[in-house]
Amino acid sequence: MTSQPLLSVEGVSVELPTPRGRLLAVDQVDLSLAPGRTLGIVGESGCGKTMLSRAILQLLPKRAALKGRVMFDGQDMVRLSPEALRRLRGPSLAVVFQDPMTSLNPVLTIGTQLIETLQAHLGMDTAAATRRAAELLAAVGIPAPEQRLRQYPHQLSGGMRQRVAIAIALSCEPKLLIADEPTTALDVTVQAQILDLLAREQQRRHMAMILITHDLGVVAGRADEVAVMYAGRVVERAPTPSLFAGMRMPYTQALLAAIPKLDSPPHTALPAIAGRPPDQTRPLPGCSFAPRCRHADDQCRAAKPPLADSGPAGSQYACWHPLQPAPMPEA
Amino acid sequence: MARFIGRRLLYLLPVLLAVSLLTFLIASLLPGDLAYAILGDQATPEKLAALRAKMGLDLPIWQRYLHWLWGVLQGDLGRSFRTGEMVLNAVLDRLPVSIELMIMAEVMGLMIGIPLAILCAVKSGSAIDRFFTGFAFANLSLPSYMVAILLIFLFAVQFNWLPATGWVPFSEDPVGNLRSFVLPALTLAFAEWPALMRVLRSDMIATLQEDYIAMAKAKGLRPARILLVHALKPSSLTLVTITGINIGRLIGGALIVETIFALPGIGRLLVGAIYARDFIILQGVVLFVAAGFVIVNFIVDMLYGVLDPRIRHGRA
Repeated sequence: MTSQPLLSVEGVSVELPTPRGRLLAVDQVDLSLAPGRTLGIVGESGCGKTMLSRAILQLLPKRAALKGRVMFDGQDMVRLSPEALRRLRGPSLAVVFQDPMTSLNPVLTIGTQLIETLQAHLGMDTAAATRRAAELLAAVGIPAPEQRLRQYPHQLSGGMRQRVAIAIALSCEPKLLIADEPTTALDVTVQAQILDLLAREQQRRHMAMILITHDLGVVAGRADEVAVMYAGRVVERAPTPSLFAGMRMPYTQALLAAIPKLDSPPHTALPAIAGRPPDQTRPLPGCSFAPRCRHADDQCRAAKPPLADSGPAGSQYACWHPLQPAPMPEA
Repeated sequence: MARFIGRRLLYLLPVLLAVSLLTFLIASLLPGDLAYAILGDQATPEKLAALRAKMGLDLPIWQRYLHWLWGVLQGDLGRSFRTGEMVLNAVLDRLPVSIELMIMAEVMGLMIGIPLAILCAVKSGSAIDRFFTGFAFANLSLPSYMVAILLIFLFAVQFNWLPATGWVPFSEDPVGNLRSFVLPALTLAFAEWPALMRVLRSDMIATLQEDYIAMAKAKGLRPARILLVHALKPSSLTLVTITGINIGRLIGGALIVETIFALPGIGRLLVGAIYARDFIILQGVVLFVAAGFVIVNFIVDMLYGVLDPRIRHGRA
């Protein structure tokens, strides 16, 4: 955490126009990430984590309005020209999308989709790019890579397709990889394989990674730092060990409690979070989680708690009534 | 792939048989007696009866159909009673003119429609998009004889750049031949580009929302490659269908345009046959055109497989 940040997100807000009015998808988010480190962003569907990743990539929908700065490698991504952005994407900044069924082009071969990326940035000729593409497929654990290059995405399983998407993302040796729910669309049996593959390649390449997920369990062993998002805001942020040692925000605790435990007796009711996330076209004056929170009182409903520093180094939370840090029996 | 094509070809047989039956029935059910049309109103009943017997017109309709079908299978579509010309020769003589016109019209239509569709899809909702979509709609409502007259007035009468009529064979004067096709092809293209542009525009707008386009941008590809390789190919299925229908239609000749510009194509042959009540020619041309339509659509089906590998592998 001491080195110069590779990425720093400063006061980023994203507004989307909807038929019901302007939707505040991301609300004043600050984050930073050092080279080679992993940041986990956790939150339930619709909390703004995907929009935040699109804001970092500058791939927001045309009508979205972005405020704030996204500093990457000393440049403000928001102010870059389309051509400068294009040169950055691939060799500096890459992404793995959630659903490999839709993120690969169905009418182009795997080979074409890998080779075009290599040729766009590394200036390779076709023969060299084809060899490199086969090496990349082999590196992400795809058997018979030369044959796979000639196949189309629909001829591969979901897990294989996500491996191809990862190979494409890694092809130009990016400094930062954004993995947006990379395992959500996959069978549970391949989820761990894909996460392990990402972790292995990250270490090998000394690449920074943002791992976006709705599952606290996914980031537990893999991220250096975790940011928990709710209703467009970061509500708790801490180095992973201190987060799991003592979470301060009731929402984080509720997220953790919602993960099924293997050692619970059969038919145990899963403690789901009651209620629904707030309507982001009608922002609440107070804490967004107040309507669903057991500890909420009048102060919570009247004023938004700021994201403030807490005891352990690098930890922050936004809550008027934080939980007392107590060692968790297990994480 | 070979099995896929073979099976599709097999499906064509019953379709073509049905086409031949319908063609024959329509020609037989048209009002007017063929023998009467040939001999004129001065003919005696005996002469009429004799001619009917000679032509087999007194046989039951199913026998006449089988007799005709047997001839068609041997390449004999009958002969014009007016000129004595073989129907097959009459069609084959005029076909190159109609096909040349069709190809030039389609190429022009696609050359106007595709770039405008891409432009409007990329700028969807903007003033440029609204202008060209509106312009296409206005264009669609102009009848082709009006477009033809406007083009003749501008390019043949005012500027004197291109001939309004006067077809010459390609073998005699290639440049003159091509010049004589420009205005008629442009007239047809004006009727075609709006539909091509509108379907491609809306398919392209849908494709541009796809995750794989976001992925292509995230890979740092050039915008031209994203549009022409990643977006155009998966968006062009409807475009190919409509182009196929247009081609099938134009194989039968462009009746109005060939007549206005005096091009000796299938369309003029058909118009002439209708005026002269030359049922044999009419029947032959309609059969030929219908078969051409079926075959073009077969080729379009094959093209789906080329454009979208999921169709190719799903069916094979």
